[in-house]
Amino acid sequence: MTPLSRHHSVFFLILRRLRAPLILLITIIAVSVLGLTLAPGVDEQGNVHHLSFFHALYFMSYTATTIGFGEIPYTFSDQQRLWVLICIYMSVVGWAYTLATVFAVLADRNLRHAVSMQRFVSEVRHLSESFYLVCGYGETGRLICQALDRLQYRAVVVEVDEAKVGEIDLHGYAVDVPAISGDASNPELLKFAGLTHPRCIGVIALTNRDPANLAIAIAARLLAPNVPALCRAEHRDTAANMASFGTQHIINPYERFSETLSLALHAPAAWHLLNWLTGLPGTTVERHRDPPRGNWIVCGHGRFGRWMVDAMDAESVPVTIIDREPVPDSEHRWVKGDGTGAATLKEAGALEAAGIVAGTSSDVDNLSIAVTARELNPDLFVILRQNHYTNHALFDAFESDITVVPSEIIAHECIAILSTPLLEPFLNEIRRRDEAWCASLLERLTERLGWEVPGVWSERINLRNAPALYRRLMRGETITVAMLLRSPANRDERLSCEVLYLQRDDDDHVLLPDDDTPIRAGDELLLTGMPGCRGRFALSIANEHALNYVLTGEDLPGGWVWEKFARKTESVRTARLP
Amino acid sequence: MNLEKVIFGFFIFLAATLNFGFFVGEIDNPAHHDIYELFAAIVVSLVATVLKFGDRTQIGAVHLSTSLVADLQLIAAAMVWGYAEHVSGAGLTPEMTARVVSLSGGALFANMVSVIILIAETIMQRR
Repeated sequence: MTPLSRHHSVFFLILRRLRAPLILLITIIAVSVLGLTLAPGVDEQGNVHHLSFFHALYFMSYTATTIGFGEIPYTFSDQQRLWVLICIYMSVVGWAYTLATVFAVLADRNLRHAVSMQRFVSEVRHLSESFYLVCGYGETGRLICQALDRLQYRAVVVEVDEAKVGEIDLHGYAVDVPAISGDASNPELLKFAGLTHPRCIGVIALTNRDPANLAIAIAARLLAPNVPALCRAEHRDTAANMASFGTQHIINPYERFSETLSLALHAPAAWHLLNWLTGLPGTTVERHRDPPRGNWIVCGHGRFGRWMVDAMDAESVPVTIIDREPVPDSEHRWVKGDGTGAATLKEAGALEAAGIVAGTSSDVDNLSIAVTARELNPDLFVILRQNHYTNHALFDAFESDITVVPSEIIAHECIAILSTPLLEPFLNEIRRRDEAWCASLLERLTERLGWEVPGVWSERINLRNAPALYRRLMRGETITVAMLLRSPANRDERLSCEVLYLQRDDDDHVLLPDDDTPIRAGDELLLTGMPGCRGRFALSIANEHALNYVLTGEDLPGGWVWEKFARKTESVRTARLP
Repeated sequence: MNLEKVIFGFFIFLAATLNFGFFVGEIDNPAHHDIYELFAAIVVSLVATVLKFGDRTQIGAVHLSTSLVADLQLIAAAMVWGYAEHVSGAGLTPEMTARVVSLSGGALFANMVSVIILIAETIMQRR
């Protein structure tokens, strides 16, 4: 890679390269002009006449550039023509060399990189909106960028592969996404990409190399300690390393899934609730079969397989591990092989097992394991690891019970952290509650909102987001949750959304606040509801007229004149429920 | 010893000496100022300018700017000469000669600054 400090000097780079051709050109023209003034010519009267510098330069200018106006001021003598002949060939060589150098400089890879770098740096420097710095534009990076685009955040991308950077231009985001190809573990590059920019509100490290993610996490910690970092880590030691210097969000897709799986094994209702709340908005969640307890088979004891085994151990489910290189221990049964053949699967007990995890790093092997195992035992619960997004047609065709796509897990996690910071404490709360509580909550929510994945968002009651509500609360009015959750179009209609979690400023929180819970200024609400509700709720709390209608049923008079009239006839109405 | 430095210094000094050679003499006497010397001064000054391209240091920038000033002054002088000879019709009068020479005097000053910078730079490096 070219040293980054040089990217500022594209102009100097060109000049430096053009030194030799320019000097050659100056020399050729100087020699030609000098020769022309010395070569003897003849004027109309037959006297010896020498060209002046003025005429010589004029002649050379149009001859060297191949324009050619003829011989001035008098027809040339043979001595002069001899010299002009030499000049023409010299100047052609000079120009050809100069032009060739200019084109070579323009086509130069270093120069093009320097130009794109310079454009990128100035684009980032002039960003006036909050933006996220996304390092790595792979499958996950693409999902994140799309989500950020939907959430109306700007993103700046650093990606090592130039082809993927080109893809960003073709993708067509609503707002421009500045992108540069380069190694994101280079702190200089991160600085240019806006790590220390005052508008940078987060760093998302998603490269598929753990060392690079670690380097980004360290750079973010040291150069921009106040900027939260979301980092992908697939190895346990990387995650531990990141945690040691205080990285805020470390996302290990395998660990995340193993947590989910152990939750599913001991509390299916909580698991369904989690799926329902964190799915991609707009998709319908099918009620999966609950993962059965019983003998499980794990194929492939790699990064993923190890987490799966840990999850099963934690739930004390017996596991048989199939791996090419077994590491026998006292707790598990080990079978040597790769699991794609029926013999190995039978040996591992596929006929009487309850479930199987196809968790090798090869998609083809995983599918082969799953298909073979299903043929042996159609009731088998199949968890399938999909490594590459491009294979999704194959994975869709095979009806597995759960397909684990690491890139999607990371993307969901990131999006949840970015868009609704309150969701995480709520989900942790769910994990702590018992099965019956989760089941009743799931029943209640899906009855009201359906099985389609709802929108989940948080709303802070402050002067910026909710000026109308904030002013009313500051006047000392008591407003409860039920009073607010009404449609601003028709207040008899309850908005189809629910408040899941209420966070007070002073570390106090209410889980599932009931209808009579009063709202206070500064509260942050976590809501879930149908897609259109978010906008309607936001209108109610932000707009004075909408809020007044929702609370009292009265339409406030709009405009100064009508306000004056109305104030005379009636006193301020207090809030009441219909 | 560095060949690049030798060539660089050579052109800067040559530009200054040629300029000085053209400048000396009575200011309005055309016989004291040779057109070929002016031509040589312009060409050498242009080459010196190009040699200074692409240096990003502060001293490099001052070098380049002095050279650009010298070019500008010398080319202006040549244009005045060309105007006197070919356009005005009166030829190179003492008045016109004085103009040409005074312009080249300005260029000489810029060239001197360039030389001083070069010397200062050399002394500063001490190696």
